[in-house]
Amino acid sequence: MTTYLNVPPTFHSSDAVLSLSDVTKVYRNGSLEVAALRGVTLDVQPGEYVAVMGPSGSGKSTLMHIIGCLDVPTAGSYHLAGEDVSRMSENELADVRNLRIGFVFQQFNLLASMTAASNVALPLAYAGISRADRRERAEASLARVGLADRVSHRPGELSGGQQQRVAVARALVTEPALILADEPTGNLDSTSTADVLDLFDELRDAGRTVVLITHEHDVAARAGRIVRLRDGLVTDDSVQGVAGSRVPS
Amino acid sequence: MTWLDTLATSLEAMRTHRMRSALTVLGILIGIAAVILTVGLGIGAQQQVTAQVEALGTNLLIISPGSTTSTTGLRGGFGSASTLTQADAQALASPVVAPDIAAVAPTTSSSQSLVAGSSNWTTSVVGTTPSWLSVRARTMSGGAFLTNADQASAAPVVVLGATTATELFGSTDVVGQSVTIAGTPFTVKGVLAPSGSTGSANNDDTAVIPLSAAQQRVSTGTSRTTVQTIYVQATSQPALSSAYQEANSELLALHGITNTTNADFTITNQASLVTTAASVSKTLTVLLSGIAAISLLVGGIGVMNIMLVSVTERIREIGLRKALGARPSLIRRQFLIEASLLGLVGGLLGAAVGIIGAKVLPDFISNPVALSMPAIFGSITVALAIGLVFGVYPASRAAQLAPIDALRSE
Repeated sequence: MTTYLNVPPTFHSSDAVLSLSDVTKVYRNGSLEVAALRGVTLDVQPGEYVAVMGPSGSGKSTLMHIIGCLDVPTAGSYHLAGEDVSRMSENELADVRNLRIGFVFQQFNLLASMTAASNVALPLAYAGISRADRRERAEASLARVGLADRVSHRPGELSGGQQQRVAVARALVTEPALILADEPTGNLDSTSTADVLDLFDELRDAGRTVVLITHEHDVAARAGRIVRLRDGLVTDDSVQGVAGSRVPS
Repeated sequence: MTWLDTLATSLEAMRTHRMRSALTVLGILIGIAAVILTVGLGIGAQQQVTAQVEALGTNLLIISPGSTTSTTGLRGGFGSASTLTQADAQALASPVVAPDIAAVAPTTSSSQSLVAGSSNWTTSVVGTTPSWLSVRARTMSGGAFLTNADQASAAPVVVLGATTATELFGSTDVVGQSVTIAGTPFTVKGVLAPSGSTGSANNDDTAVIPLSAAQQRVSTGTSRTTVQTIYVQATSQPALSSAYQEANSELLALHGITNTTNADFTITNQASLVTTAASVSKTLTVLLSGIAAISLLVGGIGVMNIMLVSVTERIREIGLRKALGARPSLIRRQFLIEASLLGLVGGLLGAAVGIIGAKVLPDFISNPVALSMPAIFGSITVALAIGLVFGVYPASRAAQLAPIDALRSE
C-alpha cells in the first residue's frame, strides 16, 4: 500500500484530475432497472473548485460514489489522476481512495472512540506510515484547519463545525489529488457552515482540487464552476465569475 | 497498518463494548473452566485410586481362597472355601519353585476385641509372617516388627496400627504395654507408621500378631491350619505375570487340580485392580469432558453471534474505514483479531478460574482435583482457535461489505 504514496500523480499539468467519459450507472432492483447516471462526461482540471448540484434523485450521490471510487460505473470510463480506475480491483480501489481522494461527508463520519489526531491519522495508518510520522502529519493537518489545540479531543467533545474541520483535516492528510465533499455543510448551522466554506476557499487558494456536492445555492455559489445534474444527465456546466477561481480556459 | 495497529484497534473496539465483550468472554470462560475442572477431577480420581491400590504394596499378587462346592453341586461364593494353607505359602516362598516371587505373606484375619487396662477396642487382628511388612509396603513408627523367632515360638507379641494404639492407650508410644486378645495377654512390640485408607478400610486400625500365635492362641476350628489370604510380592513389575504363572501352577499342583476352571483359589493382580478402577473414572471423565466441550462450543457460537452483531452495528465504521483506504483483507484481519482476542481472554480467565477451582473444590467435595498442564494449555489454545474459527464468517461479512452500502446505512 505504501508503494506509490510519495510518487507524484502521473498526469501532466494539462491533464485533468478526473475525467469521466460517458459514464452510466444502472442499479438493478430485482427485475427493475434504474438508471441513476445516463452518460455523464466531466473533466475537472487541477486547482478547480467544482460544485455539483441537483435535486434529490438527480444522480448526484451516485456520481459522487463513482468519483470517490466507492462504486464502479456500469459503462463508460473514469480516469483519476491519469489512472483508469473503472477497471480496478477492490484492493487497487482501496489504495486509490486512500492516497488520491480525501473524503468529507455530511455526517462527519469520525470514529467516536478515537481522538481527533487518531481520526486524522487513520488514512495514514492504512497507507502504512509509521506511528511517529502519522502523529506528526495528523497534528500538522489539524493545525492547518485551525484545530491545533483540539488534537486530543474526541469527536463528542467538539462542536459540529469543529468535527467537520477534523474531517477536512483527515481528507487533507494524505495530500490527495482530489478533495471530495458530499453535502459537507448539510448538518451544520450557518456559523459553522461559513467556517467550513472558508476552509474550502483556502484550499482552493492553495491550489487544491475540490469537488463539492450540494443542493444549497449559496454553498455552490462559492465554487468557481457549477455542474447541474438532472435525471442522470449533466444539464448545465458553467464557470462563475467568482474572484480567485482558477478555471482553465 | 501494522499488526500492532490492528491489535490496538481491536482492543479499542472491545473496550468500547465492555459489557458485550465481557459476556462473550464469560461464555468461553465457563467452557474452559469446566474442561479444566472435569479433566482435573478425572485425573485426580485416577491418581487417588492408583495411590490406594499401590498402598496395598508394590508388585503385589493377592491369592484368595476360591469357592466351595458341596456334594449337591451347590457352589459357595468367592472366598468361602478354606483351601489355602501355610504349606501353600511355604511352597510359594521357595526360590526354586517360584524364582520370580520375592516374598510371601500368608495372613489370617479376624475381628477381635482388644483390651488394655480399662479400655477396649474391636479391630481386625491379622496373623502373618515377618515378610508381611515389606509385602504390604508398611513401615514402623516405633519398636520392631515380628521376627522369625516370634513366628517359630508363636510368641504372644503384637504390632499395633496407629489408630488402634491411640484408641487403646491414647498415644502411639506404647511399646512394652500389654494387650489382651481373646483372653491371652500380648506384649506390644511395635507400632506401624500410618498409611491411610484403602477404600473403606482403615489401614491404620489393625493389630498384627505372628501367624502361629493367631492359629494357636486366637483362632478356633479349621482356621487353625488354614490361611485366608496369601500376599505374594513379585521381584519386579515385569516379573509380575511370570510370578502369577508360577503361583498358579504351583497351587494347582499342590491342590491336585487338573482342570483350571475348578481352581479352588483366585489370584488377583494389583494392576488389574488399578485398570478396573481407572476405566471407571475414565468413562466418567470422558462423559464430563463431553459436556464441557459442548459448553465450549456454545461459547464459540456466542463469539460468532456477538461478532455478527458487532459487524452489523459497526457497518458505518467499516464503510468509513474502507472509504479511507482499508483493504478488505485488513477489515477481515481486524475482526478476526477481535474474535480471537475474545477467545483468548476467555481462555486465560477460564484457566485462572479452573486453577482456582481446582484448589478450592477439594475443600467442598471429597474428590481430589489434579491440575493437568496439557489440559490448561490445550484449552487456552482451543479457546483461541474457537474465537478464530467462529470469527471467520463475521469477519468475511465485514470484509465483503460494499463501502457505499456501509456508509449509507443509518
